Amino acid sequence: MSNIGFYEERYKNFDWDISAKELQYGKDGMFNIGYYCSDRIVEKGSGDKLALIWQGFSGDVKRYTYQDIKDYSNVFAKFLCDLGIAVGDRVCIFMDRLPELYISFLGILKMGGITQPLFSAFGEDALFTRLDDAQTKAIFTTKKHAGKIRRIREKLPALKHVIVVDADQEALKGDEISFRMDKAEKVDEFNIFKAGAEAPSVLHYTSGTTGKPKGAMHVHSSILAQYITAKWVLDIEPDDTYWCTADPGWVTGTSYGIIGPWSAGVTQTVLDAGFNSEKWYAFIDKHKITVWYTAPTAIRLLMKDGIEAVRKYKLNSLRHLISVGEPLNAEAVIWSQEAFGKPFHDSYWQTETGAIVITNYPGMKIKPGSMGKPFPGITATVVDQKTFQPIENSGTVGLIALKPGWPSMFRTYWNNKAMYDTKFKNNWYICGDRASIDSEGYFWFVGRDDDVINTGGHLVGPFEIESALLEHEAVAESAAVGKPDAVNMEVVKAFVALKPGYEVTADLELSIMNFIRKKLSPLAMPQEIEFVQSLPKTRSGKIMRRLLRAKEWGQEIGDISTLEND
Amino acid sequence: MSEDLKNLIIDYVKHEYLEEDADQEVTENTPLISSGIVDSFSMVSLKTFLEKKFNIKIPDEKATPEAFDTVNNMINLLKEFNVT
Repeated sequence: MSNIGFYEERYKNFDWDISAKELQYGKDGMFNIGYYCSDRIVEKGSGDKLALIWQGFSGDVKRYTYQDIKDYSNVFAKFLCDLGIAVGDRVCIFMDRLPELYISFLGILKMGGITQPLFSAFGEDALFTRLDDAQTKAIFTTKKHAGKIRRIREKLPALKHVIVVDADQEALKGDEISFRMDKAEKVDEFNIFKAGAEAPSVLHYTSGTTGKPKGAMHVHSSILAQYITAKWVLDIEPDDTYWCTADPGWVTGTSYGIIGPWSAGVTQTVLDAGFNSEKWYAFIDKHKITVWYTAPTAIRLLMKDGIEAVRKYKLNSLRHLISVGEPLNAEAVIWSQEAFGKPFHDSYWQTETGAIVITNYPGMKIKPGSMGKPFPGITATVVDQKTFQPIENSGTVGLIALKPGWPSMFRTYWNNKAMYDTKFKNNWYICGDRASIDSEGYFWFVGRDDDVINTGGHLVGPFEIESALLEHEAVAESAAVGKPDAVNMEVVKAFVALKPGYEVTADLELSIMNFIRKKLSPLAMPQEIEFVQSLPKTRSGKIMRRLLRAKEWGQEIGDISTLEND
Repeated sequence: MSEDLKNLIIDYVKHEYLEEDADQEVTENTPLISSGIVDSFSMVSLKTFLEKKFNIKIPDEKATPEAFDTVNNMINLLKEFNVT
């Protein structure tokens, strides 16, 4: 029997207090996520249990018990306090998936800071935008990524401390600080900050159609949703060895790569290496992983390498498979059944929801290609695009909408309450995705309702790409849209009109691609550039991005007169 | 020519994917994709580089992470297009 048991029963009788009671949340006035993910597990007598098995690219393995996680996160917390970081200060973590990333995340929370994890592949422009917006006070990084910070440091007066976790002081520049977790003096006890349940905890940046990326602000009580969904959706049990392949620069990597599994006290694994099918299988085989949470893009890459690669490894430890980031196509579900003897279960949520909201549960009938059903405690529907009234007819496409109030719902966008308010219509939180609900209550994803590009499970904002493109010396105007891709669902395609005097050449195309990759991120890099004389515009001069996108997807464009008047 | 080809690709990788002051060594056998030096998205710019440089078209089924994982693998891939 799975942890959730019978879905219908759970849905009918659910109360978030179930999660609060299991966690003893709020006992002695303690609401801090940092405590629940480390000290509490030690207090329950599991200090010797492995919390983290980390493996680097070269195969080196490091193991940390819950006692280690508690002690080392104390070390980080004390270090930040000594540095003068105050409650509510934003502290960024900008590094590859090193143990220090996972442990500093808890350390920042323990001292009352707001943790701001950022994807280490971000280029300097993407990094600047997010650090500037959050007025980040300190950043943990590594030698490998320090150069990007050096190039923007002067423009960030609020950034007081750059802390490098893998270099000695003599290797650093200016006022950068060397901090080696494993060499620091042990801190057995740290007075964990008694953050309120509604106190800010994690700041994750996400992209929209217009404007700069927005910081979705989460609070400590989000753990109530992350804990119970980890138990009921990921179905993790105390003896599991769990692997979440997401990078903590994105919300999956923190909600289910740190908070969910550690608050539930399981052993989790991290592979700090790039994608390689056989290395992934070898990792599962070596560590006897039982629960695996990954992304459709990764599954499709595994499919490409064939089932023969699967057969070379002993993967019968796998007990439950879940996927997130973009719709999981039916073929992938069927393939996983053949390859691993069990299907991947699709889960749907987003940065703003903080935890899984619609999903397929262990033990529930899976309809391949469906998103599944709402999590107990979540009221979900699809609403009409104009009236925002729930659609009663099954099969009719509308906007996915959630009744506000679940614990992990974001509380605002950092410095942008006006944008936050636009996300709510007719007392529903509007997710920005289109779907339909069938007669049995299963949700079926249709697509985004805006121009945001979902590539490999990550949202990329076209505006940010277009703004960066305009910084290239040859680009006069540009538009970025998502185009279909067999592996990544969508990839970025840019339409570019060149300035007079520039000619289309192979070198120029490559130079523009690499320009965006370095400034923003590999995800934002156009995988294709189409050079055009000019771009279609509305009467008010706005580029008709939707027209370009529709062409890429082979959709009917119809009457463009309304678009022209936008 | 093969030596020139090797150096050309190594120089490109160093210039495009490593920080200026990185102390990472790149040889013809250094894993690039599986090590994370080049992620799977950036692989496209590597593919485009080879296509533009040698005026070839590498079909999607041949553009696997494995084929681009080392400079040697890329040289082997290029041989299929008579680039040596």
